[in-house]
Amino acid sequence: MLGSSIIVFREVLEAALVITILLAATRGLIGRNRWIGGGVSMGVIGAIIVAFFAGNIADAFEGIGQELFNAGVLFCAVFMLAWHNIWMSSHARELVANLQRVSNDVSTGELPVYFLSIAAGLAVLREGSEIVLFLYGFAASGEGAAQMTLGSILGLVGGIAVGVLLYSGLLRIPTALLFRVTGWLILLLAAGMAATASGYLSQAGLLPSLMPLWNTSEFLSEHSVIGQLLHIMIGYQARPTVIDLGFYFGTLILIGSGMYLISKQKFRQSPALPVN
Amino acid sequence: MKYLIFMIFISFSGLVAAELPIYELSIKDHRFQPDTIEIPAGTKVKLLVKNLDATPEEFESHELNREKIIPGNSEVKIFIGPLDPGEYGFFGEFNEATAQGKIIVK
Repeated sequence: MLGSSIIVFREVLEAALVITILLAATRGLIGRNRWIGGGVSMGVIGAIIVAFFAGNIADAFEGIGQELFNAGVLFCAVFMLAWHNIWMSSHARELVANLQRVSNDVSTGELPVYFLSIAAGLAVLREGSEIVLFLYGFAASGEGAAQMTLGSILGLVGGIAVGVLLYSGLLRIPTALLFRVTGWLILLLAAGMAATASGYLSQAGLLPSLMPLWNTSEFLSEHSVIGQLLHIMIGYQARPTVIDLGFYFGTLILIGSGMYLISKQKFRQSPALPVN
Repeated sequence: MKYLIFMIFISFSGLVAAELPIYELSIKDHRFQPDTIEIPAGTKVKLLVKNLDATPEEFESHELNREKIIPGNSEVKIFIGPLDPGEYGFFGEFNEATAQGKIIVK
């Protein structure tokens, strides 16, 4: 039972933290629950389909289909998060002003939430398909179905609970600062995802497998609770290679400079915008 | 930096050559057979992992930074190395209690 709860917890946690950050980043937007919820639902359906075709995916592209699929899903999510952040860097000011003026509600028309909807769905897709496969294996072996179900529910509840905790923490951030904080969180999230994706590409043999630059696993393992939290939130890796670091900082710099350039341009166009 | 470029070049040339040493292992009753594999240091190798069980398994190794799902009754390949001498553990995430193994690099 413990085994199944830990595995489900680990996978749920990753998706839950991503969704939490996305929910905080869309706080106060009318209809955002529908958008994010829709993304999550599509992710669950997608996860079941992916798990069903796991064999075909693994065999595709001469046996590296799984790595290509994972890397593709991650890069797609990185793109969505990047787009969101760059969009926000030119609109955050008006959004904050609106949120403060109009009873904390603005229409989603002002923020293209579908980027984040897709990002939420992709997070669920990737983690969810592993849960489905794991549970299928358990069910097929016919051992202690009740125990497994209980363990999985415990894991699911635990993962969501950590997400709720983080969300209640993020809600304490004043509106004027909130989008800046979620912008940073999304930036780090995206960089970590890009570094994970590069790991899949080197596993597939498309990028060279280099020796890690350092090893901090004795100090903080990625598979400890803290280590995994940091891995998800800021992309912590105990044994990064120079390629992982390149993807991490490359993504940071690309998105960061995109945000900077857009916000500077916007500032030049409307320098007299009131800041409350 | 020159060293780095050299290393990347070496790794890519290894990829192009494609004639990598192959090591086979299988999963049966949620155990790896053999559970210990010896490979030469500084060489890229291909692991062929055959899952003889009907249930899926996930080959995972923190030390090797590898993670791959192996559906039931199927086979996947996993590239590892080049590695420094030492021991690198791996396990099956879905059956961690029994599915344990290690790669010894000499």
